[in-house]
Amino acid sequence: MEGRMTSLEATMKASSTMASSMVRNADPDQQTLRSNSVEQFYFPRPGQSLPGIPPFFGPPSSSLYLPNDNEAKFGNQFESNPSQNTDWDPQAIVSNLTFLEQKIKQVKDIVQSMNNRENQVAGGSSELAAKQQLITADLTSIIIQLISTAGSLLPSMKNPLLSSNPAVRQLGNTLGSPMGFGMNANQRPSVDSKTDIPDTGKTSDYDELMNNLNTAQDERDELIKCPNPCGGEGSEPTPMEDHDVKESDDGGEGENLPPGSYVVLQLEKEEILAPHTHFCLICGKGFKRDANLRMHMRGHGDEYKTPAALAKPTKDSGADHAPVTRYSCPFVGCKRNKEHKKFQPLKTILCVKNHYKRSHCDKSYTCSRCNTKKFSVIADLKTHEKHCGRDKWLCSCGTTFSRKDKLFGHVALFQGHTPALPMEDVKVSEASEQPHDSEPMNEMARSMVYSFPSSSSDGISNLDMKMADDVRGYFSPLSFDPCFGALDDFTRPGFDISENPFSFLPSGSCSYGQQNGDS
Amino acid sequence: MAAAASHQQQHRHPKRRRLALALTTSPTPDAAPPLDALADELLFLVLDRVAVTDPRALKSFALASRACHAAESRHRRAVRPLRADLLPAALARYPCATRLDLSLCARVPDAALSSSSCSASAIRAVDLSRSRGFGAAGVAALTSSCPELADLDLSNGVDLGDAAAAEVARAKGLRRLSLARWKPLTDMGLGCVAVGCAELRQLSLKWCLGVTDLGIQLLALKCRKLTSLDLSYTMITKDSFPAIMKLPNLQELTLVGCIGIDDDALCSLEKECSKSLQVLDLSQCQNITDVGVSSIMKSVPNLLELDLSFCCPVTPMVRSFQKIPKLRTLKLEGCKFMADGLKAIGTSCVSLRELSLSKCCGVTDTELSFTMSRLKNLLKLDITCCRNITDVSLEAITSSCTSLISLRMESCSRVSSNALQLIGKHCSHLEELDLTDSDLDDEGLKALARCSKLSSLKIGICLKISDEGLTHIGRSCPKLRDIDLYRCGGLSDDGIIQIAQGCPMLESINLSYCTEITDRSLISLSKCTKLNTLEIRGCPMITSTGLSEIAMGCRLLSKLDIKKCFEINDVGMLYLSQFSHSLRQNMTIVHLAGITPNGLTATLMLCGCLTKVKLHEAFKSMVPPHMIKNVEARGCVFQWIDKPFKVEMEPCDVWKQQSQNVLVR
Repeated sequence: MEGRMTSLEATMKASSTMASSMVRNADPDQQTLRSNSVEQFYFPRPGQSLPGIPPFFGPPSSSLYLPNDNEAKFGNQFESNPSQNTDWDPQAIVSNLTFLEQKIKQVKDIVQSMNNRENQVAGGSSELAAKQQLITADLTSIIIQLISTAGSLLPSMKNPLLSSNPAVRQLGNTLGSPMGFGMNANQRPSVDSKTDIPDTGKTSDYDELMNNLNTAQDERDELIKCPNPCGGEGSEPTPMEDHDVKESDDGGEGENLPPGSYVVLQLEKEEILAPHTHFCLICGKGFKRDANLRMHMRGHGDEYKTPAALAKPTKDSGADHAPVTRYSCPFVGCKRNKEHKKFQPLKTILCVKNHYKRSHCDKSYTCSRCNTKKFSVIADLKTHEKHCGRDKWLCSCGTTFSRKDKLFGHVALFQGHTPALPMEDVKVSEASEQPHDSEPMNEMARSMVYSFPSSSSDGISNLDMKMADDVRGYFSPLSFDPCFGALDDFTRPGFDISENPFSFLPSGSCSYGQQNGDS
Repeated sequence: MAAAASHQQQHRHPKRRRLALALTTSPTPDAAPPLDALADELLFLVLDRVAVTDPRALKSFALASRACHAAESRHRRAVRPLRADLLPAALARYPCATRLDLSLCARVPDAALSSSSCSASAIRAVDLSRSRGFGAAGVAALTSSCPELADLDLSNGVDLGDAAAAEVARAKGLRRLSLARWKPLTDMGLGCVAVGCAELRQLSLKWCLGVTDLGIQLLALKCRKLTSLDLSYTMITKDSFPAIMKLPNLQELTLVGCIGIDDDALCSLEKECSKSLQVLDLSQCQNITDVGVSSIMKSVPNLLELDLSFCCPVTPMVRSFQKIPKLRTLKLEGCKFMADGLKAIGTSCVSLRELSLSKCCGVTDTELSFTMSRLKNLLKLDITCCRNITDVSLEAITSSCTSLISLRMESCSRVSSNALQLIGKHCSHLEELDLTDSDLDDEGLKALARCSKLSSLKIGICLKISDEGLTHIGRSCPKLRDIDLYRCGGLSDDGIIQIAQGCPMLESINLSYCTEITDRSLISLSKCTKLNTLEIRGCPMITSTGLSEIAMGCRLLSKLDIKKCFEINDVGMLYLSQFSHSLRQNMTIVHLAGITPNGLTATLMLCGCLTKVKLHEAFKSMVPPHMIKNVEARGCVFQWIDKPFKVEMEPCDVWKQQSQNVLVR
């Protein structure tokens, strides 16, 4: 921790030792605040990056990257921290406030100087822009500082009333995002300064410049709202669902945004491939989704169980006029890399993840059915497995299709081709298409057929004389005895009829009827 | 020739026919049979006429001699076996039969179909719509053995699916095919049929829920000769609807209850997309409004018949009716009329022949009489349950639409008996009249006697009519086929006897709850040899004697309702079992006190065509399980009713009052 801090400090121009000590003090407190007012951003980062913002705007961005291994160790750092969580040092607060005072004065000076300039000719526009950035960054750091100072109070008060006070929590929530900004701008999801700030050198028009600056500023604001670059999937502010992402994986292809109308972010390889993007600040456990983290946090105490703590972090209401943010692939030479001549940006973080895995990683998932197809994104494998082998839509010409509409298109196109049912399906469906009568029923029907051996050979057995056959059939010793066995008192006269081959003749049957009626 | 002449003579005197037949055919066995001298064509003409008057006479003819038997075998074109296992024998005997109707065989196993394969080569039409028990193998046997097959009805094959459809597709020459209710059928099966049977003219895919737009699109592409298509209750949407509408020869399209057809789909049609379509049924398509209807009017200029029953409120769509002055038939059942909606129909659809407004709300006297005064050519009118209309409307109807052949006005209870007399006075061409639940009295029936062409008369729940009125009908309406006297409490045997004597063509009679009816009526009705439907539910005076007469006389009886006829016992049942072999639905037996399990068993065993039997729960334990299994194996379905035995029956007028009270509530 300390080592990292100092390495950071070494690269700073405007930060003082006081500031760094403040940062050290603020850090653990911020963590508590963070974990308290659950948010998707990692808290430590803003704190660390805080002082670095203003001076580092101009120089090559690569120098600003945090060492990647540090990033990877985040979880461990957190684990070591919790013990300090509840410390509250009045001294540190005093020094924080002093720092704030100084900082505010600094900003005030700069603004005043800009104001003076404005009255004169709009000279070095780049300089002005730099100043504007400086102010922004300074203000941001001030805000962050304020929050961290205020936040340090919260857990130490150990007042459940206060800690569960939604107003305070909301404060933390709303102020949380500017902190994210510091992290974003500084710690290199690499803001590309070239696209970010249009080349204003050529335009002398001051108004336009200001407009540009304002939009740039807006874009910055949007950066604040945009998901944590490491946030990956599950980051709330992007209204993206998984399947959407899959569809628009190569997003940005069709949209043809003019270059410069959007902000380009570039994540590092390690960030892209990190399995977890949300970490518990208490135990360090990692999660893919913020919601899961929130669920997890409940286990760390009652203060995480309040509705406010469990609520989905609300989207900032100012997101309407958001400038577009796009992403670049870190793989140099890739068309999705911002250095590429025909650069095509990626739309979302998920697009970046999927693109990177698909294009620049090993395909480690093999389909267990066909053992040939390999995928680097597990969702692709699952999609493939749905169709692999089975669901072959077959044409009578032997061509197979993966989709039914394709088969029907083919059948429609070629004369004489017809949809063909797969052989095993035919067998199965034949079996299933047999009416769902029970087996005994079929048995019965068969025995009925066999009990009339005479019917087919009998030339006279025409349809209209069914009666004779009927009687003979049902009452023949073959079928009668087993059926009527239980029926002792069944009227025997039935046999009289059966003797009569033309029983439709009235006489015999009539007499039978009367007999029966009498008996 | 003499024989032919005598036959023709017989035709003129149907009553003497049987006697004359016996004279001509019986002395043939030894001497040179006179039939041999007769050319087959002439003989067949004679037999045709005989068959028209009484189908059973042909049997007598065949039994007369070997020659007659052979001639009859060669003559018969349609075979309707009673049992599936006789199929091979039947087909062997009638080699020239082209039509095989298996609707009396509730169960046709695969084996029966495949065993008939050797001798069925002439068969062109097969009806398996009421049969179950066969699968893809049976269909395969059928299509392979009947190369000429052109008409195949496989409706209600709820277990049949793609495999069976693939077999159907082998019948290349099919022109008419019904696959209604093939629930497992998917696009694959339909695709097979569409490609295989390119000659199809008529196809029904009603209730084929597995069929989607893909299959229907392919059908529209491959079967260009389709003239009639039924896609009711399928999942068709606007994706395939335009393709169907572009079929060049399509004349009749039925889309009942297609929820996927909405305004969007109808509006997606191009202008004048189908010139051939004449009949369109969009009833119960709940998602269409006047917007869709007017779009249909634009794209189908030659429409003659339109059914929009139970769709939507009519009034806003009336505007669009003006675009189709050719419209002949308009059905608007269950629709809602706003002010002047009906009038607009009268002014715009001037060539209307048939109009149905049954169960419509908002039909008033003024509007209806205005409309009727415009629609002078109307032949059929249905105003069932338009409860607000009174004598005014009826006067308008009878004075302007004098050529009406069908008038249905059940439950128009505000029309007085005097106005009902106008019907008989003015509309003498009536063939079908429904005055159920009206104020009709004997005077009205007397007036109706002028309608000598009357073939269907429904006057149930008309409590004012008596035997006297019915006598007029019996004397002057010889063509009557169907009469409904449900709950006509004022009737007794005399009236029924008049009907039975005067109407030899009678096929269906409903005497339910006519409590005065006795066996005398049934004895006289037994002379109506064509009777196939008899409903005598709740006639407590009827005994087995009457039923046995019916059983012996009316051999074509297929539907019988004897519920609550408490006097009927085993004897009657045994007669039924002996004689009524086409009995299809024996809906009875729930509340018969006198029937023992024995009589029941005998009936069940012998009536091989029964498809559905309702029995009282108590019989379940008494009838031997073997028996039930056996009957079920033939395809019969048992329904066990467990209602308490209830003897008391209220008189008809009390009942009517009660039912009206229910209505008011």
